[in-house]
Amino acid sequence: MEWLSVIVQGTLLGGLYALFAVGLSLTFGIMRLVNIGHGDLIILAAFIALVVVQALGIHPLASLAIVVPAMFALGYLLQRGVLNRTLGESILPPLLVTFGLSVIIENLLLQLFGADTRRLHVGALETDSLVLPGGIAVGLFPLLIFAVAVAVIAALQLLFYRTDLGRAFRATSDDAVTAELMGADNRHLYALAMAIALAVTGVAGVFLAIRSNFDPAIGPSRLIFAFEAVIIGGLGSLWGTLAGAVILGVAQSIGSALRPEWQILAGDITFLVILVLRPNGLFQRTRD
Amino acid sequence: MLAGSANRRSVLRALAAGGLGAVAAPAILSRPVRAAGRPIKLGFVSPETGPIAAFGEADAFVLAGLKDVLAAGVTIDGVQHPVTIIRKDSQSNPNRAAEVTAELINSDKVDIVLGSSTSDTTVPVADQCELNGVPCICTDTPWQAWFFGRKGDPKKGFEWTSHFFWGVEAITAVFTNLWLSLDTNKRVGALWSNDPDGAALSDAQHGFPPAVKARGFDLVDLGFYPIMSDDFSAQINAFKQAKVDIVTGVFVPPAFATFWTQAAQQGFHPKIATPAKALLFPSAVEALGDRGVGLSTEVWWSPHHPFKSGLTGQTAQQFCDAYTKSTGRQWTQPIGFKHAIVEVAMDALRRTRKIDDPASIQAAIRETDYSSIVGPINLKKGPVPGVATTPLVGGQWKRGSKFKYELNIVNDQTAAFIPLDSKFEPIAS
Repeated sequence: MEWLSVIVQGTLLGGLYALFAVGLSLTFGIMRLVNIGHGDLIILAAFIALVVVQALGIHPLASLAIVVPAMFALGYLLQRGVLNRTLGESILPPLLVTFGLSVIIENLLLQLFGADTRRLHVGALETDSLVLPGGIAVGLFPLLIFAVAVAVIAALQLLFYRTDLGRAFRATSDDAVTAELMGADNRHLYALAMAIALAVTGVAGVFLAIRSNFDPAIGPSRLIFAFEAVIIGGLGSLWGTLAGAVILGVAQSIGSALRPEWQILAGDITFLVILVLRPNGLFQRTRD
Repeated sequence: MLAGSANRRSVLRALAAGGLGAVAAPAILSRPVRAAGRPIKLGFVSPETGPIAAFGEADAFVLAGLKDVLAAGVTIDGVQHPVTIIRKDSQSNPNRAAEVTAELINSDKVDIVLGSSTSDTTVPVADQCELNGVPCICTDTPWQAWFFGRKGDPKKGFEWTSHFFWGVEAITAVFTNLWLSLDTNKRVGALWSNDPDGAALSDAQHGFPPAVKARGFDLVDLGFYPIMSDDFSAQINAFKQAKVDIVTGVFVPPAFATFWTQAAQQGFHPKIATPAKALLFPSAVEALGDRGVGLSTEVWWSPHHPFKSGLTGQTAQQFCDAYTKSTGRQWTQPIGFKHAIVEVAMDALRRTRKIDDPASIQAAIRETDYSSIVGPINLKKGPVPGVATTPLVGGQWKRGSKFKYELNIVNDQTAAFIPLDSKFEPIAS
């Protein structure tokens, strides 16, 4: 029963990682753009939520109504104004530019908000839990995060496979040159993809801000798990990203139950083993 | 011919110089007799950005408050020297700390280097100074991490580097004093961050485990967790099964926030939680909300400590009030030590005989027996050569009147001259 509890908690942790990873999975899948600033963009969203909550006195979850559109707009402008110029044969320029973006965001937030550690409060929802048969306590908020991750991925899946925009995204992802010849405006499509990715990042930021403390410097540590989840799941597959995140969460949880210092190690080893056995991840959908 | 012309010129120059000298002489005589010497430079390395930037947040305030004192400087051998401070940001990164220290030594040619805030800063700063033969004073790192972390020999100590702060022996005494003052089942659950601080405090010989057992507690030691862990449910489960009443260990604030939230979700309610390092700053407690009330912590310094600055005459209370007035923020523990490190340097400079001889400055530092804003600092006594200890007491976060949450001193068995603010209470559940 104890191991069941470990697996349940690990799965919920996977929900958090999935929420961090979806934005990265989108940009990576569609544009092959590795966004090193992804973790810092999550923290930026958390700070926008903080400002909104403090200024309007609304419930932190209600701040999503402002944070998500704001991040969507930021994503469009960022891709159109900056990142599109870096895309090309080499993957190095976007890496360097997003690395610079990461440094800029972190220090800008430090200048504006100081080094204080912050949090958004949602009262009892933070600590309430359900007790499953067998005495496994499941936090309501982690459960909510998992549900949101699944909902976000389901919505994106619909967008990708049931709409014209989705078809255009997939076409561009498979063969950017041919898609352009068929009349797709890649610059606009890429900007929309980044906008959607950052909208999801906005959701992740708000939930992170409620789940735990955040401060301007905490972003980069969120990047590595998101990245591992994307790779485990396979390029271009959103359900794969969720599966990857859950595998990572459960692996960490089991490692941690054996010995606390094995938590990250167990996740990293699982990642490496999968990388060796299936270099393209478990559920790859797009071609390299 | 050439020689003659040179002679004529030098004669003219001598005449001109003499004439000017004669005109200027009365002006010199009317001034104070003190001649102005070269400025003395202090290098100040501290984390102002990066993950531990909260420690360096008050640097600008502290140094601004000392502007006049520094400009007046010190008089050594009848010559007045103004003192300037060159601030360098360690960016919370040990490599960067070493780099800026080397810059201070090689390019800025500073006379003393001051390093503060966590072993990630003080260890590389001190190592650079030891290597280059430059006097160095450090603080705000438990002394064992600074001394043994650099492979110090307790018999000899270091030649160029000195340190003042509390140590592992003090924090174990404070924590166990706190726990013994309440009625519990004496079972302690511990988790340590996988970093130098966690390693020092969990050390099987000098850390918590032997000290806790010696005072009759049962220790459930779960070992090291990764610093940025997002999940503690397995550990919380283990604590619950072992029925621990007391939780301790070393936590960075985000990790403790995650731990404490999950503990509530899992229905784990210990009577006492005393995490080291996690609750130093009011912002960390505000982030926990009302669940931060009742948590206990180590207190290095507070406005109620009965000490005052030897440089400005301000009491600890006045200094904290000035900080709040100038920044609108609640006081934090590091600010006293940031002031004190400059105090110690200035005191040593006043006793220095030859300012251009680093060995003379170093000798003066090692003779330090000074009363600072954080208490007496005596570098002659040890625990080990070149290290002075400052008092440590036990505190508990409670609801406040001036600020939302305030740190109360609740146990002073280790330093009875520090007044108590209130009584230690179990966490309300």
